[in-house]
Amino acid sequence: MKKIFLGDEAIAQAAIDAGLSGVYSYPGTPSTEITEYIQQSKTAQERGIHSKWCCNEKTAVETALGMSYAGKRVLSCMKHVGLNVAADAFMNSAMSGINGGMIVVTADDPSMHSSQNEQDNRMYGHFAMLPMFEPSDQQEAYNMVYEGYDFSEAVGYPILLRITTRMAHSRSGVNVREPKPEKSLKTLENSRAQFVLLPANARKRFKQLIAKQQVFVEASEQSKFNRYYEAPDTKLGIVACGIAFNYLHEMYPDGFLNPVLKISQYPLPKKQLLKLAETCDELLILEDGFPFVEEQLKGYLGIGLKIHGRLDGTVPRDGELTPDIVKRALGLPVQSYFAIPEIVEMRPPALCAGCGHRDVYEALNEVLKLYESPKVFSDIGCYTLGALPPFRAIDTCIDMGASITMAKGASDAGIHPSVAVIGDSTFTHSGMTGLLDCVNENSNILIIISDNETTGMTGGQDSAGTGRIHDICKGLGVDPAHLREIVPLKKNFDAMKAMIQEEIEYRGLSVIVPCRECIQTHARKAKKH
Amino acid sequence: MKTDIILSGVGGQGILSIAAIIGEAAVNDGLYLKQSEIHGMSQRGGDVQSHLRISDRPIASDLIPLGSADIIISLEPMESLRYLPYLKEDGWLVTNSKPFENIPNYPAIEEVMNELDALPHKVIIDIDRIAGELGTPRSGNIIMLGAASPYIGIASSKLEAGIRNIFGRKGEQVVEANLKAFDAGRKAK
Repeated sequence: MKKIFLGDEAIAQAAIDAGLSGVYSYPGTPSTEITEYIQQSKTAQERGIHSKWCCNEKTAVETALGMSYAGKRVLSCMKHVGLNVAADAFMNSAMSGINGGMIVVTADDPSMHSSQNEQDNRMYGHFAMLPMFEPSDQQEAYNMVYEGYDFSEAVGYPILLRITTRMAHSRSGVNVREPKPEKSLKTLENSRAQFVLLPANARKRFKQLIAKQQVFVEASEQSKFNRYYEAPDTKLGIVACGIAFNYLHEMYPDGFLNPVLKISQYPLPKKQLLKLAETCDELLILEDGFPFVEEQLKGYLGIGLKIHGRLDGTVPRDGELTPDIVKRALGLPVQSYFAIPEIVEMRPPALCAGCGHRDVYEALNEVLKLYESPKVFSDIGCYTLGALPPFRAIDTCIDMGASITMAKGASDAGIHPSVAVIGDSTFTHSGMTGLLDCVNENSNILIIISDNETTGMTGGQDSAGTGRIHDICKGLGVDPAHLREIVPLKKNFDAMKAMIQEEIEYRGLSVIVPCRECIQTHARKAKKH
Repeated sequence: MKTDIILSGVGGQGILSIAAIIGEAAVNDGLYLKQSEIHGMSQRGGDVQSHLRISDRPIASDLIPLGSADIIISLEPMESLRYLPYLKEDGWLVTNSKPFENIPNYPAIEEVMNELDALPHKVIIDIDRIAGELGTPRSGNIIMLGAASPYIGIASSKLEAGIRNIFGRKGEQVVEANLKAFDAGRKAK
């Protein structure tokens, strides 16, 4: 039966149909809809598939590995920068291998539609020496997940599924397949030698992983997801990875003029690449993200094969691919008939009218006017929009949790006032450990945990510490005299200002928790009732 | 047949509902569909856009190449101009005339209208006024779908069926209100 699915939804449905027992994720655009789909799926509810959000991507991948250890099929989804957080678990899952099939989804964001970098996580697949899929369309995404669990179990390792924003957030018709039952609990023989990564075991496991590489390459060579297209003009051969294949195909609906190798399964299929290199005078590499394949084929010195792509400027070094970029790389004309009129202005996103973060920034800005060179270290979330007018309230935003720790470092260096602004979900994701560092040294900073009781930026998912932010801070050892709460509303503006100023004047660690529910989740709940 | 549509507007105006209805009608018509959209940060009063492609042959690219969109359907006049490089030489621009001014440097509406007037093929209607007259202030996006319907390449009856399917869950009253809005858009000049 054909259904219209977002790429994200195709992945989710395929996992359910493949006999999934649990999904472990932290929200992050463009990956969020995979887990949300499973949360809302009737089948998943009936079967009791675990789908609650995790505190962060590291806890997610570790929990997933635990479910796999028990013999069941498991999925873990995150945005590209989330895999940085989960990297320790992910890298070492390649050392231990798995029991039940395990797929980790990384949703990369070339062009940074909603991210702070455009890292290409195929690098992580390569780094961990694991097999990797990169679908070119929604049907392929479905098939890769549906069949990927069998593959994961057959080789005994987790699989990395790499998608990009376009794949995640584009819809198309997908044929779904026969649902499979869940796996039963299964004990692995010799599981301690596999999962206890003491050096003596780890050395053996690493040798096994190295030996397995040949199996992974052969799997790529035989994979139906990689395909070689013969064509007459052998002056140029084209390698098109994942969604780049679609843009290429768009230019040649009736057949390619040059030989093309479509790559959607890694490690690179050596046989087909050798054939392409031997057949063609020069190669063009089309890939969304970093010059990952290009660098491998070209080598650092670039001696030998003539290769075009992101490194020689045939394709721009940064930003996502588009059909027009691919056209230009092929020397085809790109034509527009109408230009964007000069009067058209940028329309950046903004904090919603009535949002509590607004009240926080208004009060904070007022207080900080009293100081010569205050610094505000912020974090990842809706409140990052405090960087834009009319607030212009923050000086940094680097990664999840970095507000608290950067404020501490800056304070250690002598900056005062040094203020951290972080949301509740980001705080429980990666702020709590940094707070403990501050408690241990009674750092002279003010931390504002702007608590909207949700993970707002990604659309209002459950936040791990809702209702308990105060208790968590207290438990970590924040002095109750300098752990304060307020409701960020107009009527409390003066009280909030006074509170912020008092805590900046206090020479030590203070935490203020302005708490008011996100107006979006509030409106959604009101609608339901 | 093949129709490439750019949908544009401001976050929260409802362009994705338009896409969903056209998509539903296309699939029920046995057509292929690809629809790409951007979620996330752009939901909050920022510009939003979607590439919608329908065809009787399989579609390769998720994105529409420059200079090849058959229609731009926009719920906001300045936003319609942002995507002009995608429009075909003989393509149609169908837009709401009422500006959504949530930025301090929004251009003078006369200048926006001058740019729109200079285009060869356009339909410019005040969906807010029509929605007000119908007494369904939130049906603007469906009025816009009605206004664009002659250029989509799918019979109006099938788009109406799409409206029934998409809004069916919300009850007959909502379906009827949206069918009325669709019809008003179709007749609007």
